[in-house]
Amino acid sequence: MKMKLLCGVAGALTLALSSVVLAADKPDQLQVGVTAFLSGPASVFGEPAKAAAEMMVAEMNASGGIGGVPLKTYFVDEGAGGEAVLAEYRRLVQDVEVDAMFASISSGNCNKIAPLAEDLKVLNFMWDCGTQRIFEENSYRYVFRTQGHATPEMLSSVLYLLKTKPDFKSIAVVNQDYAWGRESWKMFSAALKAMKPDVQIVAEFFPKFGAPDFSTEISRLQALRPDVIVSTSWGGDLDTFVRQAAQRGLTNTSTLVLPLAESSLERLGKALPAGHIVGTRGDHYFLHPERKSDLAFSGFVEAFKEKTGAYPIYPVFHMSQALNALKAAYEKAIAENGGDWPEREQVVDAMAGLSFAGLGREVRIREDNQGIEDQLLGTTIHVDGHEFAVLDNMMMFDGDELTTPVGQESVSWLEQLTPEFVGKVKVEAFSHGS
Amino acid sequence: MTFMSLVPRLAIPLLLIAVALLPFLAPWSKVMLTLALAKGLAVLGIVVLLHAGQVSFGHALFFAVAAYSAAFLGQAFGGGELVSMVLIGVASAVVVGLLVGLFVVRYRYIFFGMLNLAFSMIVFSVLEKFYHYTGGSDGLQVARPLVLGIEMERPAFESLLFYGGLVIAVIVAWAVHRYFDSPIGHMLKTIKTNETRLEYLGVSARRVLLVGYLVSAALCGLGGVLMAVAQGIVTPEYAWWIRSGELVFIAILGGAGSVSGAFVGALVYEVVRTYASAFAGDVWQMILGFFLLGIILYAPRGLIGVYGSFMGRIGSNTASGKEAKRRAMEAAE
Amino acid sequence: MNLQLIALAVFDGVAYAALVFMVAVGLTLIFGVLRILNVAHGSFYAIGAYVVASVGGAIFAAGWSPWLAFPLMLIAAAVVGIVLGGLIERLLLRRIYDKEEALQILVTFAVFMILEDVQRLVWGVQPYFEATALQSLGNIQVFGVYYTVYQLILLPLVALAVLAGLRLFLRHTLSGRLILAVTEDREAATAIGIDTDKIYLMTFMLGAALAAFGGALASATTSVLPGIGADMIVLSFAVAATAGLGQIEGAALAALLIGLGRSFAVYLMPELEVLIPYLIMLLVLLWRPEGLFGVTQTRKI
Repeated sequence: MKMKLLCGVAGALTLALSSVVLAADKPDQLQVGVTAFLSGPASVFGEPAKAAAEMMVAEMNASGGIGGVPLKTYFVDEGAGGEAVLAEYRRLVQDVEVDAMFASISSGNCNKIAPLAEDLKVLNFMWDCGTQRIFEENSYRYVFRTQGHATPEMLSSVLYLLKTKPDFKSIAVVNQDYAWGRESWKMFSAALKAMKPDVQIVAEFFPKFGAPDFSTEISRLQALRPDVIVSTSWGGDLDTFVRQAAQRGLTNTSTLVLPLAESSLERLGKALPAGHIVGTRGDHYFLHPERKSDLAFSGFVEAFKEKTGAYPIYPVFHMSQALNALKAAYEKAIAENGGDWPEREQVVDAMAGLSFAGLGREVRIREDNQGIEDQLLGTTIHVDGHEFAVLDNMMMFDGDELTTPVGQESVSWLEQLTPEFVGKVKVEAFSHGS
Repeated sequence: MTFMSLVPRLAIPLLLIAVALLPFLAPWSKVMLTLALAKGLAVLGIVVLLHAGQVSFGHALFFAVAAYSAAFLGQAFGGGELVSMVLIGVASAVVVGLLVGLFVVRYRYIFFGMLNLAFSMIVFSVLEKFYHYTGGSDGLQVARPLVLGIEMERPAFESLLFYGGLVIAVIVAWAVHRYFDSPIGHMLKTIKTNETRLEYLGVSARRVLLVGYLVSAALCGLGGVLMAVAQGIVTPEYAWWIRSGELVFIAILGGAGSVSGAFVGALVYEVVRTYASAFAGDVWQMILGFFLLGIILYAPRGLIGVYGSFMGRIGSNTASGKEAKRRAMEAAE
Repeated sequence: MNLQLIALAVFDGVAYAALVFMVAVGLTLIFGVLRILNVAHGSFYAIGAYVVASVGGAIFAAGWSPWLAFPLMLIAAAVVGIVLGGLIERLLLRRIYDKEEALQILVTFAVFMILEDVQRLVWGVQPYFEATALQSLGNIQVFGVYYTVYQLILLPLVALAVLAGLRLFLRHTLSGRLILAVTEDREAATAIGIDTDKIYLMTFMLGAALAAFGGALASATTSVLPGIGADMIVLSFAVAATAGLGQIEGAALAALLIGLGRSFAVYLMPELEVLIPYLIMLLVLLWRPEGLFGVTQTRKI
């Protein structure tokens, strides 16, 4: 009897001790560094994403954080320039010893940071940048992208255009003069020429990034009268272009295809007329047809609008994906570790094949660390109750079909598509009210 | 000799040792310090021209030319090799320096500054616009190059850049010092004080200034290559007018005309900039702006001048105290 | 390139030149009198644009008449010029007139950096767009292409009015003549008892107001967002240097030259668009370093 008691006490002690050891392994907080533009023109993306991150982290921490550990975020301003971003990235990884980094918005910064993250052996989510090149040119262990990349974004825009306006003849482009503007047009035009070989490209303009005035380009376009004008611009550049085009009647004679305009809808207000094609860089839309009646979704949208004065735009959705990917990875690693807090390498291992959902549909990490994300596009309409254009005639494309297969290079993959692909591709349709 | 009187003479070696040891305390600072060295070298180029009384608002041009040459070399030869990158980078800066210099040495003051600005903006626009060759505004990646045929891991490579850069900076600083002390260096200074006298002596002021211009282009080029390999990327921003302004800013900050001031200024600038953007993200430019105003209005001889008068006060009756004072006066000229 | 396209390119070039002129003329005026190349000039442009876009946005949303947009621009420009320009001249520039050229430029560079952040703190980072003035004037059709009356007719007219007004002011009013006297020969002007302090202050406020007016006019056509000042400043440098620093009529011609060069580039070789202003500046400076209309300075001995 005595013996049994003793055994019991010893057992309890051991248990208590071992649980003390385990609890000590668990950090006080999970530290995450986030690079985002808080200054410069791209802060139209960085500021909402930062606000969203703060809201979501507060919400996560209120319900126990990740595996019982609260999150702490550090923000780095990408607008301070490449040097400052890299210096600060190192400081966070080597000095503060953060557990994960979310970097970054700019593709240029992603290009610089991916090899650095690999060398520093830190889990890095490319949480917003679109360049398809990173995983096509190199393979990484520590770097992941928690959303789709430029190829499905451009391909879905071409497909939407060909499905809704199959008979158009001529097209012109007005893109910002930097890698995104050039690369996105290269992919858009490759896909378009492959699926509609007789298309006429009548003008290619690459005005300076941040150009304050497009009057000359607009005069030229009015003289040329293309059926379609595509622009992958964003922020102030896109707003200015659309307003100047609408003011001078260009939007009456040509259909605009604006793959990033979801982020400008609210700012543009009535200036963007009905009947133009808008993309969302994924399935990012504050009236997401499948999620809008979901309380978690609509509650967040309302709270965000309340806090920031604007509806969430795609970087907010991307941020929710990165945070939920982190949560899913840790939870998966904890489960695989028998309930114990995982080593960092175990978390990286857990990223393989991970599925998670932010504010949109589920996203899956492919074997080359690339996220597979569905694409939502629509056509603008003006309805009562909104002071700005919203989307109608929406189409949801399957990310699996539209993302460049592992091991292939995007442009050459797009070039071998055929006109039949337009008819074969899987599409789900939604209208504004549905 | 008291300890205090030794301080000024030891200051530079002590500072060098402190900088060399800093990465052991804070490993992340190594690259920041390398960038400060790179800028310091370029600022030294500005200092050379300041000796002739000329200010270029376009010297980032040579910084960019050398950096892009290194990047092109790296892309053409699958990564490239560090020593050849440095040599060819500096050589191309000198060649462009000669082409531009032949025009600009004919002019002085605001015209000199404006012409330099015009040349640099042309190069900036070309780098930004010819996307298919220069990578446009995103620039070109510079992969980690081999070093004399040896492949290096990132930590070793970064250490090499930093300590190698430090050694080069010391050598270059010494060489520029010798240059200022040489006859042709004194002639350079005469352009500022009395150019006509130079002509009366039968010396071509243009030729003297051209030599100074080439030296300054080479120094900017050296800084540019170091910056390119340390950052792993070159962008047109390297040639932008704000970058040129930054170089002049640092030269004034450190102490106009002072060789050690170029590096002290660059170091302080980089630290302030990094910390300001990390801890006061919204207002880092404002902090730098007030910093610059404060220096110009209240310490026109720059950091070196502040240090000199401080030391001068402590050891005013010792020889080295006088030396510090003399140097401070020199810097103030 | 047929006649129609040439005409279109000319229209675009003129509209663009009108805006650039407004900023460049202020810069060149300040340089002529104060002998300071004012880097912070771009900030006045940006702040003028921000004030009009934000105040305009607020009052039109409150239902005020859209025609108030035009007086608002004038008021905003005057306020920015007098308050901001006045403060900077009195508190800062006054202390550096005897310093080296390079230090003077750096002081204005520091002011530029400070004002960049001030703009961000006051107006945030989201673009402002306030086109009421532009919309209230409507469109006009020329050769089958729609132009806004604001850009095609109003802007060039305002630029001409500013040019004529400045000429009149400088040649036919006392203050203007005093300014000219100081521009011609600073020492002689001081010797005959002209209060240069007052002239400097007045000129700087006028120059700053012109830049702000340029920004105010531009705000109706474009998004106002961080960074617009930095681009405008190099462009107006290019115009002022091409014309010859201190040359007011020259600035108008140089702006026209650069505006037309740019718009023809968009029609013929879009890739050269951003290069054109600097190319023109370089070619002119290599040929005539003092600018197209500049007076050769006697070499300082």
